[in-house]
Amino acid sequence: MIEGMVIAGIATGANDGYIYVRAEYPKAVARLTLAIEQATELGLLGDNILGTNFSFKMHINRGAGAFVCGEGSALTASIEGKRGMPRTKPPRTVEHGLFDKPTVLNNVETYANVSTIINKGSEWFKKIGTENSTGTKTFALTGNIQNAGLIEVPMGTTLREVIFDIGGGVRDGGEFKAVQIGGPSGGCLTEEHFDLPLDFDSLSKVGAIIGSGGLVVMDQKTCMVEVARFFMDFTQKESCGKCVPCREGTKRMLEILNRIVDGKGEDGDIELLKELGEAISKTALCGLGKTAAGPVLSTIKYFENEYKAHIYDKKCPAGACQKLKTITIDPELCKGCSKCARNCPVNAIKGEIKKPFVIDQKLCIKCGACLSNCPFKAIKEM
Amino acid sequence: MSEYMIIDGIKAEINGEKNILELARKVGIEIPAFCYDPELSIYGACRMCMFEDERGRLEASCSTPPRAGMVIKTNTAKLRKYRKMILELLLANHCRDCTTCHMSGKCRLQEFAYKFNIEGVRFPNNACQLSPDHSSYCILRDPGKCILCGKCVRMCNEIQSVGAIDYAFRGSKMKIATAFDGDIANSPCVGCGQCAAVCPTGAITIRDDADLVWKALGNPEVEVSVQVAPAVRVGLGTEFGFEEGTNVMGKLVTALKEMGFDKVYDTNIGADLTIMEESNELIHRIKKGGKLPMFTSCCPAWIRFAEDKYPDLLDNISTCKSPMQMLAATVKATYKGEKKHVHVAIMPCSAKKDEAKRAKFNGDVDYVLSAQEVVRMIREHGIHFKYLEESLPDVPFKEYTGASVIFGASGGVMEAALRTAVETITGQKLGNVEFSEVRGMQGVKEAEYAVGDLNVKVAVVSGLKNATEICNKVRSGECDYQFIEIMSCPGGCVNGGGQPFVDAFKRSDMDYKGMRASGLYKTDANMSARKSHENSAISALYDNFFGEVGGHKAHELLHTHYEPKNK
Ligand code: SF4
Ligand code: SF4
Ligand code: SF4
Repeated sequence: MIEGMVIAGIATGANDGYIYVRAEYPKAVARLTLAIEQATELGLLGDNILGTNFSFKMHINRGAGAFVCGEGSALTASIEGKRGMPRTKPPRTVEHGLFDKPTVLNNVETYANVSTIINKGSEWFKKIGTENSTGTKTFALTGNIQNAGLIEVPMGTTLREVIFDIGGGVRDGGEFKAVQIGGPSGGCLTEEHFDLPLDFDSLSKVGAIIGSGGLVVMDQKTCMVEVARFFMDFTQKESCGKCVPCREGTKRMLEILNRIVDGKGEDGDIELLKELGEAISKTALCGLGKTAAGPVLSTIKYFENEYKAHIYDKKCPAGACQKLKTITIDPELCKGCSKCARNCPVNAIKGEIKKPFVIDQKLCIKCGACLSNCPFKAIKEM
Repeated sequence: MSEYMIIDGIKAEINGEKNILELARKVGIEIPAFCYDPELSIYGACRMCMFEDERGRLEASCSTPPRAGMVIKTNTAKLRKYRKMILELLLANHCRDCTTCHMSGKCRLQEFAYKFNIEGVRFPNNACQLSPDHSSYCILRDPGKCILCGKCVRMCNEIQSVGAIDYAFRGSKMKIATAFDGDIANSPCVGCGQCAAVCPTGAITIRDDADLVWKALGNPEVEVSVQVAPAVRVGLGTEFGFEEGTNVMGKLVTALKEMGFDKVYDTNIGADLTIMEESNELIHRIKKGGKLPMFTSCCPAWIRFAEDKYPDLLDNISTCKSPMQMLAATVKATYKGEKKHVHVAIMPCSAKKDEAKRAKFNGDVDYVLSAQEVVRMIREHGIHFKYLEESLPDVPFKEYTGASVIFGASGGVMEAALRTAVETITGQKLGNVEFSEVRGMQGVKEAEYAVGDLNVKVAVVSGLKNATEICNKVRSGECDYQFIEIMSCPGGCVNGGGQPFVDAFKRSDMDYKGMRASGLYKTDANMSARKSHENSAISALYDNFFGEVGGHKAHELLHTHYEPKNK
């Protein structure tokens, strides 16, 4: 990567390079610092590199972990010591970037590819991958998968190869349900996409993105509404708050999703989520907002029935949403000891000693306190 | 060859417009926007101003420059749908108690909710639970009304370089806050009220003290006198159907009398007094080797700013009190009545509210009302302003000169001081009393005059960002001015924070500041006495009360001193 940046510096006439890395990644910071030191000692960085009259200095800038600082103009603002907040374009970063100077801004992966491409030639590089998506791509494969970790594959590798050949299939013998691709603002893919080549064109055709290269595998026990809620919780907290659709819209989408997984979903919620999602995607100022609704819209697209079950039947088909569970006492097993009633924080359990106790479903808040306390395992969760 | 683009089927000629929003306005298309203001940087946050191009893509018109050959639509079904959603989202997070809001009828959010036919809001609303910040004498901040358009932040930082407020927190927790989220009164805020002047909603307004004045007016034991600043008379007419810049002083005097003020005086007398003292001080500094350049001292927001940011330049500021305080001190000191005397000042300014509270001014001004508050009081009293007869202020503080009335425009104090100083130094009557080099709405104006054997170099600055640049030059010794006029509000008091609200669209469509200023210059041109030292009432005041200009009594009542803020 350092070499790639130096080459970019030579190509554009830049003499300073900045690495923006999260302060929460101390290991990465330490390694980068060491690499820069070593490169400087070897005369590959600093003044008059390899005796030429070209000089290039590298700076490490530790960010405070704001997701939005992955957006170019927010990132440069952050390096300048300003609030990490995207600005309108034009002007683009290549015209007015860091400190108002033309700036080449790329991901780590891009720079890391530069020296290899220069060494082996672009023809060699183009042979890897597909016609429009050349080269390789790294993915962070995680979730309910046998072999989790960082992988690098040629562009166009199918989802099936990634999940089964490399990932070794779903963990603990579980059954595959979906994979979330592209990070917290990506979309989900299902079984029908197993043979989809992972490249830019094919993914955009099904409304997904490569994004950050995240691949989260989910099994049948995963609730897709909860997945959408989880990612929305993340993006709405990470929104910089500048533009109205992203700031206010994601907050309202999260509000609705919270309601749904709490069993308080209402008729019309799915439509309202779609309406909000579309408006945010089309009008938000930066990439974060434009993609924030991705997980919600794609889970509605492929798993609308799960949403419906939550809203209309007050059931979570995956059995994952705590608030939608029904907790009952099996009268056959209950000895009437009253331990559960004494542990219930809302007094939802009534009964006479030595007779089976009963849970008032209207009062029960599904906290599960009784479950773990029954000495006779008479309490069941469904 | 001219270049064109097509907006909603209309051929629009491109003439260097900065963005599509401005170009569309010129061909009669109003693209809605909250966060756009022609005088501030582009922010692009409200997303109301989006347009659709031929390929169905959406872009914000405030941040897209017009390009020849572009074909766009500003009002498609898709755009309407999204705009309505944005409005619904904003309304859901807005304390919608319009009936008790000072901005009702002027609020951009209210206007758009009405125009876009928003019939309901589908989301829960807790905005009214946020509590307002009452700490400042000048402005009132109500976060429950804020739509985060960022205009106030841009005003306070870009134009005023005060930096009292900025964005804090992320996502839906974002808000406008002072450093460490403290009270605005404990921030570097100078009270200029320019944030309120651009806020499209009721989230920042000028503090309202009308109730206190009504109480004094209703008390038979109290005599209430009032003074009216120059800029107010050309600012307030629009609220009653007059053309921008019309001088409505005569009607205002009648209205104030009807409302129960016992005596109505003209702040212009204070301005003439200021010129007598200030030009004397300037000549003294120039001739006796005093601290130069000398800065004017009429603007209290500038004084606060200097005390905070330029404590080392405080000796350069004229020791003259502002016209308001000079007149108030004189009114109070010469009052002979039996009753308790309450003195009110009607100002174009929110910072004057803070100035009046300064301990060293002994409460000479009991209450300051902004032009906005007076407009509301006139309405509340059921006065049909437009049809009022005109009347004159009361003796002995009614007779003024053309020099004083121009105080309301940037450059006015300078010009008035020059008229008197030049005649005093040369001992000869000026042929032409107009110093046109210092007129106009530009933020920085410079001029050089040969006065007798002296070469007088002056600068006139409005807007505190411009003031910062001049102050830095003075500090580093890079400039050799003798006299510098500084007004905090861009264009001077005609554009004061307390003047009637001017909507952002009107701001881009017409030069309202210039129109108000020319109203003042017109009044000046029609006067027979146009130099402060020709005011016979002022001569009488010195003869019978103050004694000499710059003398002992004058010093006691008309001068002051400044203290660094952090001392
Ligand atoms: S009153 Fe002036 S100084 Fe105070 S916050 Fe508003 S713009 Fe800034
Ligand atoms: S206070 Fe007013 S000007 Fe400032 S961000 Fe809020 S709505 Fe905009
Ligand atoms: S320029 Fe005038 S209106 Fe503005 S703060 Fe100063 S005195 Fe007040």
